[in-house]
This record gives sequence, C-alpha cells and structure tokens, in this order.
Amino acid sequence: MYAQMVKSEATTEAPELLAGFQARIDAGEKIEPKDWMPEGYRKTLIRQIGQHAHSEIVGQLPEGNWITRAPTLERKAILLAKVQDEAGHGLYLYCAAETLGVSRDELTEALLSGRMKYSSIFNYPTLNWADIGAVGWLVDGAAIMNQVPLQRTSFGPYSRAMIRICKEESFHQRQGYDIMMKMAQGTPEQKAMAQDALNRFWYPSLMMFGPSDKDSVHSAQSMAWKIKINTNDELRQKFVDQTVPQAEYLGLTIPDPELRWNEEKGGHDFSEPDWSEFFEVIKGNGPCNAERMEARQKAWDEGAWFREGLMAHARKRAAAKVAAE
Amino acid sequence: MVVALDLDHALFEGLCRMGDSTLVLGHRVSEWCGHAPVLEEDIALANIALDLIGQTQLWLGLAAQVEGKGKGKGRDADALAFRRDAWEFRNLLLVERPNGDFGHTLMRQFLFDAWHQPMLKALEGSSEARVAEIAAKAGREVAYHLERSADLVIRLGDGTEESHKRMQSALDRLWPYTGEMMTSDETDRALAGAGVMAAPDSIRPAWEAVAAEVLGEATLKIPEGSHMHKGGKQGTHSEHLGHMLATMQWLQRAYPDARW
Repeated sequence: MYAQMVKSEATTEAPELLAGFQARIDAGEKIEPKDWMPEGYRKTLIRQIGQHAHSEIVGQLPEGNWITRAPTLERKAILLAKVQDEAGHGLYLYCAAETLGVSRDELTEALLSGRMKYSSIFNYPTLNWADIGAVGWLVDGAAIMNQVPLQRTSFGPYSRAMIRICKEESFHQRQGYDIMMKMAQGTPEQKAMAQDALNRFWYPSLMMFGPSDKDSVHSAQSMAWKIKINTNDELRQKFVDQTVPQAEYLGLTIPDPELRWNEEKGGHDFSEPDWSEFFEVIKGNGPCNAERMEARQKAWDEGAWFREGLMAHARKRAAAKVAAE
Repeated sequence: MVVALDLDHALFEGLCRMGDSTLVLGHRVSEWCGHAPVLEEDIALANIALDLIGQTQLWLGLAAQVEGKGKGKGRDADALAFRRDAWEFRNLLLVERPNGDFGHTLMRQFLFDAWHQPMLKALEGSSEARVAEIAAKAGREVAYHLERSADLVIRLGDGTEESHKRMQSALDRLWPYTGEMMTSDETDRALAGAGVMAAPDSIRPAWEAVAAEVLGEATLKIPEGSHMHKGGKQGTHSEHLGHMLATMQWLQRAYPDARW
C-alpha cells in the first residue's frame, strides 16, 4: 500500500443522495467516472490514488540507485523490467485519477509543492545490493497486502488498475525474495548484507500500513465507501504473520526481540515501529526526503524544454494540416 | 587450420563489438531511471535499456562460446561484461558518451539506431546461423527504437527555438563519433570476407539516407567538419568508459567469490 493517512474529505450533499450512493456501494456496485458521487468521495479518492501514483514514481529512485551497479546482466535486466512496471503503474493510476477530474500536471505540481505525499518507505536509502531484494520482498510484499483487497474497491477505474498492478507486484515480490535467497545462502559478506537490509527495512515496512487503528482518524468513512477495505492493524498483522516464516527460511533474524507466536490469537506478537520516526518522515525529515524531492523537481524543471518542444511541434503540425485543407 | 583459428578470433572480436556497444549504451540509458522529463519517457528508456541488455546477453553469450570452443570451458557473458577492463572493451565511442541533457541522450540514440537497424538487417544474412538468429531477434526491437528516436529528433528539432538549439548542439557534439560506426578494419574485413558479419562501410549508404532524411525534417544542419574520432572498436576509449565500468563492475570485483 502506497497511500498512508489519507484524510477523508467532508461531504455536504443531501442525506437522500448520500444514502442512495451508499446503497449502491453496499450492493457491491462499481462507481464509474460519470456516475454521481459525493464530493468527499471524489476528493478522498483523488488524494489516495494520487498518493499511490506519486509513490510509484518516487519509488523508481531507490531502485534506480542500484540499476547501474546490478551485479549480473540478468539482475540488471530484471531490475529494469521492474522499474519499468512501476512507472507503468504510475501511469495507470494517474489515468484513473484523471477520470475524477484532475490532470497529471496538477497532481505533479501538488507533489512538488509538498501538498501531496508519497509513501514514507521511499524516504529510506538503498545502501547495499540486498536492499534491492528487501525492497521486493518486504516493501512490495506490504504493498500487495493492501492492494489485493483494493481490487474490490468501489471505484471502477481504481479497481481495474489494481487488478493489473497486483499481477505485476507478485512477480516483483518473488524476484525480491529470490535475491534474498541468493544473498542469504551466499558468502558471509552476502549474508551480512542480507541481514543488514532486513534490519533497516523491517520497521519502515511495518510503517507502510499507517498508524495504529486507535490513532487512525480517517478510516471509518473510507471503509464505508470501500475506498479502504481493511484496517491498518489487520493488514500489518497479516504481513508479519506471512513474513516471519519467510525470514526463518532464509536464516535471517527479524530485528524484534519481542516477536513471538501467540497461540491464543493465532498470530504473532510484535513490537510497534517507532511512530515518532514515522511522523518525522511524513513531515519531510526522513533520511532521503530532500534528495527524493530534489530529484523529482530537477527532472521536471530540466524537462520543461522537452515538453514545450513537443507541444510546439504538435501546434505546427496542426496548423500545417489546417492550411492544407 | 590456422585460418579457422584466426576467423574464430575475429568472430570473438566482432561479437564483442556488437555486445559491448549494446551493453554500454544500455547502461547509459539506464542511468536515466526516474529522472526523465515525462513519465512516458521513463517507461520508454527503461524499455530500451532492457532490450539492449537482453541483446548484450545474446552477443556476449555467443562471444563466450566462440572463445571457449575447443578449450572445454571459457568465460560466460557476465564474465565478459563485469571482469574485463576498459582496454578489452570493443564498443563504439559514440555509446560511451555521457548522457548530457535529454536532447544529447536522444541524439546519441538516434545516431546509433540509424546504424544499428541496417547493421542488424545485414547480419540476418550471416553465414553463421547463431549470428543471424540474434540479429533477427534484436532487429525487431531496434526497429521500434529507431522509430521512436527519429520521431523525437524531428519533433524537438522542429519544436521551439530552444529545443532546436539543444538538438543542434547535441548533433554538433556527437557527429564526430559517427564515422567509426562505418569504418572497416582488418577484423571487419576478415569477417565480411567469410560472410559471417557485414562490413561496417557497407552500412554507410543506408545510414546516410536515414540521417539525411530525419535530420532534414528536423530542420537540423549536418556539421561540415570531416574529422572523425576512432579507436573504440580496437579498445582505445575515452576517459568516460573507465568511470562507467568502475560503477558497473564494482560488486563483481569487490566480491569475486560471490554468486548473485
């Protein structure tokens, strides 16, 4: 899940309209772009889909950091394919958001001015090759945990984008785990890299689900509208329960001394991440926030002449066509 | 027997010239990841880099087979990519040029694609079946590369004043690196004589026709100077290649016993 703490927008429409809308959602109908929808639903979705799209775009950077240092031709090709998929996910999601009446340029401006966020996870650095494995295994694993239920989300274009995205994400997670296997079974240095990557990515991955339910103020309305399907804590628990045996299989240690199986609840007990760190990262104080935004700003600014050049050429072509007619 | 051995050596060289050029250009293109001017270009660049790296696996894989023939075992494509030093690389100088601005990157791609496409077409007729197969597969990908780079060069050359200026300056800077693509040396002539690989000078008419057509439509002026840099195919490179290899080969060299 690449959307965290998406604020539900207030909505002020007449109660009968809202009740009719809710009845459609409760009946499992998909809401399509031309259907009537409450303003709050529209705005909340723009925020959530936009944040997800931005995360795919910014998420290219920590992985791109290793494309030029990938250790084999095969690994380089796989990583390129994965990053290409992510840019493609960004594209579908921006298109889904456009159906709600917001352009990609407007969303980009909102990202660059800091009015819109992207997932906290991409503000952490990728420091050794095993981090590329950990990003696939843990980060994509956490994303899938949230995106699989979102295939059933109430907004048609978002749901359809999620169906495509989930197919590709499960391949991403497998390739990440495959890197981790090679590293964990490799030389002592490789094993140390794998453990180091797990140590650094474990808690940031748990943060991807957003704050604990008791502190999550935006959930109720989004869940009623089926913009959000499960609570943050439900998904986090599921993620931990899925990941612990995978770490054991790799022979790696999850950096949590409190982690143990709880027979009674049928799941693991585990330590909460440091939420004060999470809120600092969201505020812009994570290890890589400044670099990530600088990189995006630079790409946008330095690309202006390119975008303008293409537009100017298109205008010339159109004028020539009119003149010829 | 002596002749056969020499031909294998020439073939190894020829295959490295193809594979090293796709490797180095694929690497350069991949440096853009996440930094392109529009999302569609991020996707296109990743796709092109991916094609080029895939082609590298085939060319260098075959080079390794040719090298190991009769010796039991030779190197593999990864050993050739990650364990040779700069003077053993046989790529064209053009492809190791740094990315520069996006206009530079596009112009480099176009000048290369306009050569790559007819070269692969010619290699499809190779008497060596494995060369012909790789060329046919790569050719399908490169037809798309050329279509895209030519289209963008035209649109930006004939876009705004600034985009025109940038494309012209990229062309002026890169033009002296194009001659090497179409100059044959002894290795090339030996391979062409045996019908195994096409002689680079035989590609010139096709290349010149595409370059003139596209650059003309782009309202760009082909530089007048006739001086051309050379040496890449023989292993004498610019300063840039060593830095690229330092990045690309670092993990393999720092942990030589590791499997990735």
